[in-house]
Formats: sequence, structure tokens, C-alpha cells
Amino acid sequence: MLISNLEILPNKTIIKHLGLVQGSSVRAKHVGRDIMASLKNLFGGELVGYTELLQESREEAMQRLEQQAEAIGANAIINVRFSTSSIAQGAAEIYVYGTAVILE
Amino acid sequence: MYQLIFILILLVVTYFIGTYLEKKHYTSIVERERKFNQLPAIAIKTPPSEGNFQQQLVLGSVTISVDYFKRFLAALHNFFGGRVTSYETLLDRARREALLRMKESAAEQNATLVLNIKYETASIYKGSGKSVGSVEVLAYGTAMIPEP
Repeated sequence: MLISNLEILPNKTIIKHLGLVQGSSVRAKHVGRDIMASLKNLFGGELVGYTELLQESREEAMQRLEQQAEAIGANAIINVRFSTSSIAQGAAEIYVYGTAVILE
Repeated sequence: MYQLIFILILLVVTYFIGTYLEKKHYTSIVERERKFNQLPAIAIKTPPSEGNFQQQLVLGSVTISVDYFKRFLAALHNFFGGRVTSYETLLDRARREALLRMKESAAEQNATLVLNIKYETASIYKGSGKSVGSVEVLAYGTAMIPEP
């Protein structure tokens, strides 16, 4: 499955557009990470726990995006966009969307 | 009274440690930026018309928070208005670090160019009572990998 955030693909022709596909994932961190983060918050610097949490979450959202595209018979997703929103304290929603297409 | 002294000590300690950590981070950012100078990351959507390329979506993300002293400073700025420099450097560091991580993962796959860079910023802890200044920045783009 080819995933790209370009609209035009070099040396490839799009045969059919299949419409929008999306994937999302909401995750919260566990208490241990929260305590570590509030300590780190005093001195500043990177909150590694959060970086990892959001990375995992993003991977899961992309998996769901791919599954959806596969289900409708696409072999590529173009013009992919990411979006993040914090819905509650310590929980974030990751949303990925793109256009499913069939390439030659 | 003891509470006031505690807060003052906390401010002084976090000022020194926070400033030291920020300087260290900036040195590392500048050094790595020099290293990845050969790999251009641009915001253009159209791929180069010549050459055979394989493409791959690359991501880089980081979560950074400011120290207690800078948060205190920002609260003062909030009262008087004006530029909040302590948050400006936070966002600057986060964006540059995210782009560098993206370039690192592109370089691992032998890409020569990264197209259509997009940034995505989210503030974590938004809406909570204690205003905790930490942001998550994601940089993503399409890495162009030349095919033999």
C-alpha cells in the first residue's frame, strides 16, 4: 500500500478515485507516565512518554486507515493529512485521512 | 511564609536547570541541522519531473514542555501583555526538533528530497486548571527515494 501526502504521483496514473478513507485513535497515558511527566514539567525538556504514546497512537490510526482502504479495494492512499486534538486532560485523539485511489 | 520561600527556591533552581537544558538542546539542534543540510525538505507539492523515485511517508514528532520559571514568566507576560518569549523558544525548539527527526527517518531510507512538509501542533493538557505549557509538534512529508 502506497501512502503519500502528495496529490500528483510521478510516473504513475490514477485509474479510479474511491473517496475519503480515515482512521482515528484516542489514547490516554497511565498514571506512572503522568507522575513522571509532571516532574519533567518542572525542569522543562522532552516528555519522552508522551512522544511515544502519540507515536503509537499515530501508528494505530494509520493501520486503521490502511485497513479501510484495503476493504474498498484501493492500492494507494494519496494526499494524507494528520490532525491532533486534545479532548480531555491527558488524552489525545489522532485522526488521519486521505483519498483512496487505484493506481495502474 | 514557608510556602513563599519554597516557591522562590523552586523558581531559582528551575531557572538554572531549565536554561542549561535549553542551551544543550539548542546546541544539539544546530549541530544536527548542519549534518542534514544536504537533505532538503521543501513545501512544494509537485514532484520533480525527471528521474525515477519511490516514495514513502515520513513522520517526526516530539513533545516538549517549558520549565517552572518560564511558566511563571509567561503568566506575568499574560498580565502585562506583549511578546511571550519563553513560549516562542519552546515552539521553535519543538518545530526544529520534529523536522530533524523526520529528516533522520528519511535519511535512513536513503531519500534525497522530502516534499510537501506539513506541521501539526497540539497543546497537551489544554483546558486543565493548572496551565502546563507543553506542546506536541508533528512534522510530516513525502520522502523521495531515487531508484537505480
